[in-house]
Amino acid sequence: MTEASYRIKGETGEWEVVIGLEVHAQVTSNAKLFSGAATAFGAEPNTQVSLVDAAMPGMLPVPNRECIRQAVRTGMAIDAHINTWSRFDRKNYFYADLPQGYQISQLYHPLVGEGSLTIEADEKAGLPEAKRIGIERIHVEQDAGKLMHDQHPTMSYVDLNRSGVALMEIVSRPDMRSPAEAGAYVRKLRSILRYVGSCDGNMEEGSMRADVNVSVRKPGDEFGTRTETKNVNSVRFVMAVIEGEAKRQVELIESGGTVVQETRLYDPDRNETRSMRSKEDAHDYRYFPDPDLLPLELDDAFLAECRDSLPELPDAKRARYLAAGISAYNADVLTAEVESALWFDTLLETGAKPAAAANWVSSELFGALNRLGKSFEDCPVTPAQAGELLGLVADGTISGTIAKQVFEKMLESGDAAGVIVERDGLKQTSDTGAIEAEIAKILTANADKVEQYRGGKEALFGFFVGQTMKAMQGKANPQVVNELLKKALG
Amino acid sequence: MTDLTNLTVAQIRDGHRAGDFSAVEVAEAFSANVAAAKALNAFIVETPEHALAAAKQADADRSAGSLKPLSGVPIGMKDLFATNGVQTTAASHMLEGFVPRYESTVSQKLWDAGAGMLGKLNLDQFAMGSSNETSYFGNVISPWKRNDGGNAALAPGGSSGGSSSAIAARLCPAATGTDTGGSIRQPAAFVGISGIKPTYGRCSRWGIVAFASSLDQAGPMARDVRDCAIMLENMAGFDPKDATSLNMAVPNWEAALSSDLKGKKVGIPKEYRLEGIDPEIDAMWDAGIAMLKDAGAEVVEISLPHTKYALPTYYIIAPAEASSNLARYDGVRYGLRDLPEKAGLQDMYAATRADGFGPEVKRRIMIGTYVLSAGFYDAYYTQAQKVRTLIARDFEQAFGVCDVILAPTAPSAAFGLGEKTADPLSMYLNDVFAVPASLAGLPAMSVPAALNREGLPLGLQIIGKAFDEQGVLNAGLAIEQRAGFTARAEKWW
Repeated sequence: MTEASYRIKGETGEWEVVIGLEVHAQVTSNAKLFSGAATAFGAEPNTQVSLVDAAMPGMLPVPNRECIRQAVRTGMAIDAHINTWSRFDRKNYFYADLPQGYQISQLYHPLVGEGSLTIEADEKAGLPEAKRIGIERIHVEQDAGKLMHDQHPTMSYVDLNRSGVALMEIVSRPDMRSPAEAGAYVRKLRSILRYVGSCDGNMEEGSMRADVNVSVRKPGDEFGTRTETKNVNSVRFVMAVIEGEAKRQVELIESGGTVVQETRLYDPDRNETRSMRSKEDAHDYRYFPDPDLLPLELDDAFLAECRDSLPELPDAKRARYLAAGISAYNADVLTAEVESALWFDTLLETGAKPAAAANWVSSELFGALNRLGKSFEDCPVTPAQAGELLGLVADGTISGTIAKQVFEKMLESGDAAGVIVERDGLKQTSDTGAIEAEIAKILTANADKVEQYRGGKEALFGFFVGQTMKAMQGKANPQVVNELLKKALG
Repeated sequence: MTDLTNLTVAQIRDGHRAGDFSAVEVAEAFSANVAAAKALNAFIVETPEHALAAAKQADADRSAGSLKPLSGVPIGMKDLFATNGVQTTAASHMLEGFVPRYESTVSQKLWDAGAGMLGKLNLDQFAMGSSNETSYFGNVISPWKRNDGGNAALAPGGSSGGSSSAIAARLCPAATGTDTGGSIRQPAAFVGISGIKPTYGRCSRWGIVAFASSLDQAGPMARDVRDCAIMLENMAGFDPKDATSLNMAVPNWEAALSSDLKGKKVGIPKEYRLEGIDPEIDAMWDAGIAMLKDAGAEVVEISLPHTKYALPTYYIIAPAEASSNLARYDGVRYGLRDLPEKAGLQDMYAATRADGFGPEVKRRIMIGTYVLSAGFYDAYYTQAQKVRTLIARDFEQAFGVCDVILAPTAPSAAFGLGEKTADPLSMYLNDVFAVPASLAGLPAMSVPAALNREGLPLGLQIIGKAFDEQGVLNAGLAIEQRAGFTARAEKWW
């Protein structure tokens, strides 16, 4: 156990939190898992419902190849075992948002078996070292519809647009030990899904949500009894649920109570969970193989296509950036979102120097996007334009300081860096005559400081550099300035 | 002029093609019979206008020289098939008044082939029953009477009892049926007609109200083997909307019909010789064996050792699937909705389902729910699936030494209405010979073979290898030609 281990301090000592997550990720596909209906978010209620989704008499499910493909690709992206033989099961229960009276899921033979992902070290976030989190399985299942209780005084409205949409349920091992680890896991998983393109990762729209399993124990003890908090829809909430639920369990146990295995709901407004139902009154779902569907058998050609279609994934990309001399911090920032990573890769293709380009993107470009409320998807400069700018810095045409000005002007005018530098006369100068003239003026005006410098106060050198650069309006080549100053101050 | 309603499908098709009569005449003749046979209660909905429209089209197509395979043939449609714009009930209160906006694949294929619809045929509720007595719309009555001078109303068999009764009474020349555990074969046997359940997957299940998905299979019922072949050709075929549909070409079964069985081996399963069975059934079976020998076949005894487990296995698997398949009838989106004063969602479910399902349907939902429950699943459902595999293996091994299997269709002739309703088990026993082929997904047909001493028809069953409907039809034809079964019910309705 390292010093940084997350512990709850109770009256009877320290407690360890054990966390497992079941993430439901909506599969990106044009059609639902077993019907041809469309899946667009935000459509008018009940406009994306086929006869199959409404469970009309005699309707039958037919698996959507693209949904299966996306789940397989996701499995491959977490280095998971792909089960070439899997099967769909029915989970039976009655609810108004479940037209069939059962959800088609995969209990006994999931599509994807054991895999894992790695969360990176992040000291500031309380993650002293990288950690591998096991993923037990990914199975494919249907989403339910949506009930709206606020549309009518005595009735509930049902919107079946989401009914039958394909979900991947990604089940982790109980490998996480702190809210920070869980948060990092969800972020990393979301990143992978978005790289793969199998889920848009949009938690606000509900296309990714987590069931959070939490238990507590004294370090080294057996696992405690867990509770499951359903449908948590942001990383922040996942972390809040864990913190609150672990604390609640510790207090409960220490005051003589016992944790009961139950399903809980999170109320973000009050930041607390409350009991939904206990194990005793849990449904008996009567799972059995769906007789409308044959077992799913994947052939080699299908698997090969899935594998070949995978993009470079975050871990590989990060390793490549590190090898190119990019700092770990920048590599993390750049690879977290697929859009920034792809943008950056295109920038590298223009010949930009990796380390310098990474610095520029993570400071200048991220800053500008933040300020403008934009993202890499509607980035106001193209990688080619940025490449030109960085090229001007690299070949000494402009200094880093001037580059900031040029970038601002690029954002304002949309003009190319070269055009701006030329038009506004921002080229860096190595004209020793002009620089020497300015240096002479500065030394004359600051005779006292010259005296001090020569008397041994060498730190004043920076002052002279600054004055010279200022006088040259930032356009002087810093190396030339240094050399000439050293000569003049002798 | 001959009574057009005495003609078979082939005779109607050929006579119409030859210009002997118009399709409109045929449709009108059958519709008149339908309208005059209310006493049989074979139809839930009559659709003479549908039959007439198809007939007019058939006559026009004949003039235009573009006849289709079933042009001019009006048929009955079991009310388990969704028909666009025509009420589809599965003979339940739950779906009373339900009018689909879609057409089942099988019925669509028949309409595309030129057939017309005389109406929606009565059946056991959700196809659960062997006597048609579980229909919400009242039991169908068989046109047959015993020759004992009594007037007992007899069961037409089930679940396709409307289909069997209507064909036997000349209300339609052919009809669709569905067979989950004998629902085509047993009613065919009870009324002296033919019916075939093809290999599981031959006919699309899309648009057929589901009973037990892994067993349900549509098939035709008609007066003779040729008509069954013609009908099946126009019902079968791959359907991408049914994931269990067979992706195989549909053979030209009619053209390949042959009653010459030289070189064929017929298996006689010794386990089907039940103790205490009506000796007339065994006698008919022996007569059937002689007929097939006469047709050139060699007869071999075979063993299907797991036969005795077939019925209990069936009564676990079918209700299990049904309990889930029927969950969609919840009063939320269509069909019956019973909303008591101040009822919540659960109350609405309970009231709707209590009111909408009949006792037999409820019984099977309860059985199915029980066998899938935690703690019982392995003992019942898992075990039944294992036995089902063993039953299928029995057949595979048997078909190593024979080409088709001959057996009785049912253990008795038609029984009287009400005779077995108090004892579900004795009712279930009716399907003892039919259920094994269903569990194995094999093609099987019933052909009329004889009358018993009460003057009631008995049927022989032929079970074939998977995909070998031709072998089944050919053996059926050999029996049909030798049995010379021409008896028909005397009209009393």
